[in-house]
Order: sequence, then C-alpha cells, then structure tokens
Amino acid sequence: MSAALEATKIERAPAPAAPLQPGRTRRTFAPFSWLWWTIGMLYLGLPLYGTFVFSLQKTRGTLSFAAYTSALSEPLFLRTFLFSNIMAFSTIIVSLMLVVPTAYWVQLRAPKWRPAVEFISLMPFVIPAIVLVFGLIKTYSRPLQLLGITIIPPLTNSTMTTNVLLVAAYTVLSLPYMYRSVDNGLRAMDVRTLTEAAQSLGAGWPTILFRVIFPNLRSALLSGSLLTFAIVVGELTLASFLNRPAFGPYLALIGNHQTYEPAALAIVTFGLTWLAMILINVATGGKKGATVTGVR
Amino acid sequence: MTTSADTIEMRPAPVLKPQRKFSWAWLGLVPFFLFAILFIFLPSISLFVGSFQNKAGEFTFQNILDLARPPIPQAYWLSIRISAVTAIGGGLLGMLVAYAVTIGGMPRFMRSGTMTFSGVASNFAGVPLAFAFISTLGRTGFITVLLKNFAGWNIYDSGFNLYSFAGLSLTYLYFQFPLMILIMAPSLDGLKREWREAADNLGATPQQYWRLVGLPILMPSLLGGMILLFGNAFGAYATAYALTGGSLNLVTIQIGAQIRGDVLNNPGLGYAMALGMVVVMAISITLYTWLQRRSERWLR
Repeated sequence: MSAALEATKIERAPAPAAPLQPGRTRRTFAPFSWLWWTIGMLYLGLPLYGTFVFSLQKTRGTLSFAAYTSALSEPLFLRTFLFSNIMAFSTIIVSLMLVVPTAYWVQLRAPKWRPAVEFISLMPFVIPAIVLVFGLIKTYSRPLQLLGITIIPPLTNSTMTTNVLLVAAYTVLSLPYMYRSVDNGLRAMDVRTLTEAAQSLGAGWPTILFRVIFPNLRSALLSGSLLTFAIVVGELTLASFLNRPAFGPYLALIGNHQTYEPAALAIVTFGLTWLAMILINVATGGKKGATVTGVR
Repeated sequence: MTTSADTIEMRPAPVLKPQRKFSWAWLGLVPFFLFAILFIFLPSISLFVGSFQNKAGEFTFQNILDLARPPIPQAYWLSIRISAVTAIGGGLLGMLVAYAVTIGGMPRFMRSGTMTFSGVASNFAGVPLAFAFISTLGRTGFITVLLKNFAGWNIYDSGFNLYSFAGLSLTYLYFQFPLMILIMAPSLDGLKREWREAADNLGATPQQYWRLVGLPILMPSLLGGMILLFGNAFGAYATAYALTGGSLNLVTIQIGAQIRGDVLNNPGLGYAMALGMVVVMAISITLYTWLQRRSERWLR
C-alpha cells in the first residue's frame, strides 16, 4: 500500500486533484467580498443589459424585437452564419482526427514524445491570430517547393483551397484547448489497462478505439468540440484576412452600417457562447472552468 | 477514502517492454507533426526568414534596425501600455472577485454561477464585445445617456472617449478580469485551512496572515495570471479593430494594415514586426509557465 502511495505521488501529474477543503472562513456576512463581487458582476452585467435594452429600440417609442427579426432574417446573415458553422464543424472533425489519436498514442506508446507534443500544442498561444494569418498568407500564396519540386500549389488561389487553409488555421487556434481537453480525459482513465484488457479479450484496434476509448472520452471530446465551436463561429481575424464570407467579418461590416442590428447580434452571440459553456459544464460535471484566449 | 481511489487510478501501469532497441512508436505521431510543420512551423519560419531579408531577398539586419523608426516603437509602446494596464487592473479585480467566491465567505451556491458567467465573459470578445461597449459607453450608449439624464454629467464632455486608450482598456477589461477569476480560483482554493489556523493560533492578525503567508504563497499565480492577461491583450486584434476601426496605433492593427496593403512600404519590416510580437508573446508565456510551476510547489 505504501509503495503504491509513493508511486501515486510520482505519477500524480496535473491529473484531477482530489478537491482540497479550502480554508473557508466561517459563514458570516462578508461585506468586503460582497462589495468586490458586486463590482465585478456589474462590470459584466451592465454592458449586456445596455446592449439588450439598446437592441430593443429599433422601433421608435416602443420596445420590440424588430432588430432581431430584421437581423436574423437578413439573407447575408444566414449565409455567413451557415458558412461559419460549416467551418466550425470541419475544424472540429479535423481537430479530433488529429488530436485524439496523437494524445492516445503519446499516453500509450510514445510517452517520450510528450514534451514535444505538449510544446507544439501550446505554440498557438505564442503566435497571435494576426501573426498566424500573416505567415500562412506568406507561405501559401505561392507554391510550396521542396528541392525545386512543388509539393503544395498556392492555396489562396481558389475558394476551395482557401477554405482548406482556413480550417487548418482554425485547427491551429483550437489545438491548445482540444489537446488539453483530450489529454485530461485520457489521464482521468487508465488508458493502458483498458487497452490491455480489451486486447486480452480479443478486441482489435477499431474496437478498442471506438468501443472502449471513445465512450470514456465522451465528455472530454464534447468540451473540446464546444470550445472549438466558440472560437470559430465569431472569429474575425483569420476569416477576414483570408477573405472568406464568415460571420465575424459580416458582423464587423454591419457594425459600420446599421445601428440596432449589431446590438441584437451581439446578444445572440453572447447567448450562443453561454449555451456552449453551459453544455461544457454539464459535459464535464462542472469540474473545469473552460476558457479561450487568442481570438481577441 | 480518496487515497485508495487515487491508488487504483494513478498507479503507473507496467511499462510495455519494447521488443526492439529501436522504437517505431514515433510513427504514430507523424500526422500530428506533419500538420504542425505545415501550419505552425513553416509560416513562423517564413516570417522569421522574411524579417532578415531585404526586398531583393538578400540577408540583412536592416529590418530589425528599422523597427526603431516611427511609427513602430510607438505602436509597441501603446500595445504594451494597454496590455499592462488591463493586465494589472484585470488581475487585481479578478483576484478580488475570485477571493470573494472561493474563500471570502460568500454563500457556496454563488460560486458556480459566478464561474460559469466568468467563463462566458472571458470568451465574449472580438466584434460582439465591441458592439456591447458601443451600446453601453458609446455616445448614445446606455450608461452615457443615464449619466447625462440623471447625474447631469456628459462623460464625453469631460474628455472620455470610447474609441481611445481609456475606452479600449475598459473594453479589454471585460474579458481580462473574468479570465483572472478562472485562473485564481483554484489557487485560492489551494490555500490550506491549517495555515490560517496556525497563524490565528500564533496570534496573527488577518492583515499579518495575508502579508506574511497568504500573499507570498499566491504571488506566483497572481503574477503568472497577470502575465497571461498581458499576452492575451497584446495579441488582441479583433476587438480593437471592431471598436476603433484601426485608428489606434497598436502593433496588431499595424500588422493588419501591413497585410492589407504594405503600408510600411517594405514587406520585410512587416515580418520583423510580427517577429517582435512573437518574441514578446514567447517571453510572457515562458514566464507564465515558470511561475505556474513555482506556484504548484505550495498549491496542489
């Protein structure tokens, strides 16, 4: 038992730690806490309230949802929103296909490579979106050559290949979140034992992956996917510099031309983000505070 | 008993002995590395190489030296100032709110609501956030009008402008301090009750406890969190662009203008600017990681 405990200490990486009993003070009225909490929540709440009230004022003199109906029925809104959703969906698929096997393999067979893989998964934090898109345009607006042979034709020349580039860029942006979600999920179960148990019962690799590993990873995959969705759907920088008709650039555009519709769409976007976070909370049992950086 | 659960879950599984000396295990990582090379490393390297080339493609240090020519140092300085102000302000406010909902004696049920709200708010950035602040603090914004009608105070007459340094800082704070709440809450939870009790028993006042025990232990995660916020604001483009339309001379805005139409008249100088940005980000992320490790010494 004590040997096992020792081992536990060594193995205990950032795995979900047992909840520590925080140094809670006795339940008395705490004016200091309430004061700062109120200030913080007002800071977060007032702009939302202001935006909401503002968005209701499209028809003079009365409060109505006119701005919402007009913004949401705009064909261009529907088209760009659909486009962004397709991009988000493609990104989630690519990201999952890239990250899940990699994280699984690192955990099971190639632990030596963990630092390298983790380092790469954190790279997007160091490269802001604007710099990433700069580099991508510089690299892929001309043919990519290796030893004089063109291996990738210029990607920014056609709509289709620009979309591919955009999905790749979004996958890069989502990498830290996806990798962390999946890796946490894998650490929380005993991948090796499960794999060996399945193998000794005669399961092949597809069975192991799809019937043993994936079901155990469900909540991790879901939270990684939802975070990716939250990143991609309103993203402005990459979409606008790659000239794609996405929702983010559309929002920026109507911000210059209309008054109440932008406020309405801001509220809708906030609602979507809220929904994604609630779903993540439900999926992970509220253990992880999910957050995104890098799409500011 | 949590230890037994831990024991089962975290026991190092027996290492599969590799059959050969040479392991082919890395082959399974090839797709990932290939992707990283194509879409992370190649673009970065091409920017790096580009910063050391002149228009004819020859090697030069001129671009790096030219970073000292206006308006580039001004852009870096403004970006740094706005990141620092929102990192310190957001860091302090975030820390105080995190304190309130973790160990500050507020009812327990308020914690999860606050955390979820913080998660949403820290993700609420870019164009929609700019709209929200225009609707709130713009010339006809909700609070602007409220102050004018009820307090007789026109904030725009007294020098406030949403489309300026102050306005952009207030807007950035909206996603900065909720992020700090999320970063600090686990650290504050990690403050052990025994430390507080020991201090109390030795006759320490609350001020002494915080000055001599609490804050020193929290310091690495507090600083680390602020540095993360710094990087978070430093790389921000969408919010600033949507709010000010490119009128503020930030590094990200400059780079954006350079991508759209070579405003610096020298592609190499644009690449050098991007390189400078990556250097600043790399320094802050490295510091953050280092401080995070330090804070784990006490808080786990």
